[in-house]
Amino acid sequence: MTEKILTNEDITEIEKVYQHFPLRSAACIEGLKIIQKNHRWVSDDAVKELAELLEMSPAAIDSVATYYSLIFRRPVGRHVIMVCDSVSCWIMGYEEILSHLKDRLKIGYGETTPEDRFTLLSICCLGTCDHAPAIMINDDLHRDLTPDKLDAILETYK
Amino acid sequence: MEKPLTQHIKNDGSWLTLKEYEKTGGYSALKKALQMKPAEITQIVTDSGLKGRGGAGFSTGKKWSTIDISENAAKLKYLVANADEMEPGSFKDRFLLEGNPHQLIEGIIIGAYAIQASFSYVFLRWAYHLAGKALTQSIQEAYDAGYLGKNILGSGFNLDMSLHISVGRYMCGEETAMLNALEGKRSNPRAKPPYPSNSGLFGKPTIVNNVETLSNVPHIINNGADWFLKLSKTGEGGTKLYGASGKVKKPGLWELPLGISLRELLENHAGGMLDGYQFKGVLPGGGSTDFLLEEHLDVAMDYASVAKAGSRLGTGTIIVLDDKTCPVGMVHNLERFFAQESCGWCTPCREGLPWTAKILNALETGTGKMEDLNILEFHTHYMAPGNTFCALAPGAMEPLQSALKYFKADFEMHIHEHKCPWK
Repeated sequence: MTEKILTNEDITEIEKVYQHFPLRSAACIEGLKIIQKNHRWVSDDAVKELAELLEMSPAAIDSVATYYSLIFRRPVGRHVIMVCDSVSCWIMGYEEILSHLKDRLKIGYGETTPEDRFTLLSICCLGTCDHAPAIMINDDLHRDLTPDKLDAILETYK
Repeated sequence: MEKPLTQHIKNDGSWLTLKEYEKTGGYSALKKALQMKPAEITQIVTDSGLKGRGGAGFSTGKKWSTIDISENAAKLKYLVANADEMEPGSFKDRFLLEGNPHQLIEGIIIGAYAIQASFSYVFLRWAYHLAGKALTQSIQEAYDAGYLGKNILGSGFNLDMSLHISVGRYMCGEETAMLNALEGKRSNPRAKPPYPSNSGLFGKPTIVNNVETLSNVPHIINNGADWFLKLSKTGEGGTKLYGASGKVKKPGLWELPLGISLRELLENHAGGMLDGYQFKGVLPGGGSTDFLLEEHLDVAMDYASVAKAGSRLGTGTIIVLDDKTCPVGMVHNLERFFAQESCGWCTPCREGLPWTAKILNALETGTGKMEDLNILEFHTHYMAPGNTFCALAPGAMEPLQSALKYFKADFEMHIHEHKCPWK
């Protein structure tokens, strides 16, 4: 028998959610979030196991998983850097921040540094436009960025 | 100048706890509301002139009055607070969520009572982590104090509240798309009719209101419709959270009487342009509004006046374009965003937006042709209101159509010089 991805803890957590809904499938997004929280990303096998649990087809689950930009269907590093590329950050020069990040980390969008330290992604308007340019690293917002500030910030994520 | 929404918000980065909120008069409006008939509350909110602060500007009271609250009405009804602030250049709801979550919660409870809803959601975007913490703690505090749950303050009214943290996608801000997301589905928009007030979340009557809209409700109940109307400068009712970003001296967010002029906002509050930069234009209410120019600076920033000037008040957060920033590049950035965020449900949006983004990219990289301008123009009609399933694509066309009108020479320069003149 192949090893299961979802742990008993994952399953209990997901079951708790769908009990609140008239249909199990309503817990699809929450289920994906729980898997990602506990496993960092959502693998093909995780999609299949969630499908079984929620009485849906894997394709139906995947149509949701691939639609939402913050569900990761590929492995990501320990720290996910999201660069705001929307209009106010563009006016305030986010492209300089992005090229600095790419130079420093030697990766492009969607890529992960060796030893899984950083993954680089774009994100739309972070809603902090009076402090542009801005990025998020994991759950942390960093604002009023300059390339110099960025170097010091990156050092705090090991 | 009264600032009901923001006057108690602290500037140390912490939010008002339940105790602190109660000290400012918090939850007194709820106590008052529960003594009133639900329809009376809706009437006061209608009379106050309060319009949806998320961008569409529809009368909140009128929206509530579309819900059947008679004896025969559906028992289960929902109220959803739209805290999915994702309009490019908008950062006003974040301030209210992070600073005074109980004000929103009280507004939701009063709104839910007015429409006799028994379940409420706060639909929050993932990126607002601090707001998520503030809401989680505050909802629990409200339950513990008896403001949520069964038989609220002995009134016999029951309401539950749940926080839904979203996983991205601008589309979720559209109200029917938001309901699909809450049901665990892709956030495609739904056909209307039926409107959510008849058949919304899980097929039940549902109202969706913006955070700033709902945060106004306790103050309207406490002070009355006349007081609210008088807060505004031009009679539309209330204050407004206005913001400014771009190359201005003091980008920021301010609660001001609804209807102050664009000039006052730009010059007095945002401090004018940064030294060395000239004003060229402005998106008055987020990424999906039409550009306004210097000649429009005396326009009152209210719903009717901005519409008359050819744009929309939208979210009231202005994005300033300066002379050293390429207008074609700015519109390219916006259309790329809208193309990426299209849910793909209807053809004009799915196919049209990437097409405009590609053409704008060609202009920016020096390979644009004169006929491209006609294709862009065509798309602004092709994706006009009524031709698409929801408001995403028509909104996306607003900055493009106005840029083509006001900055035509800049578009042509890209073609004649075979490059972006700003690079």
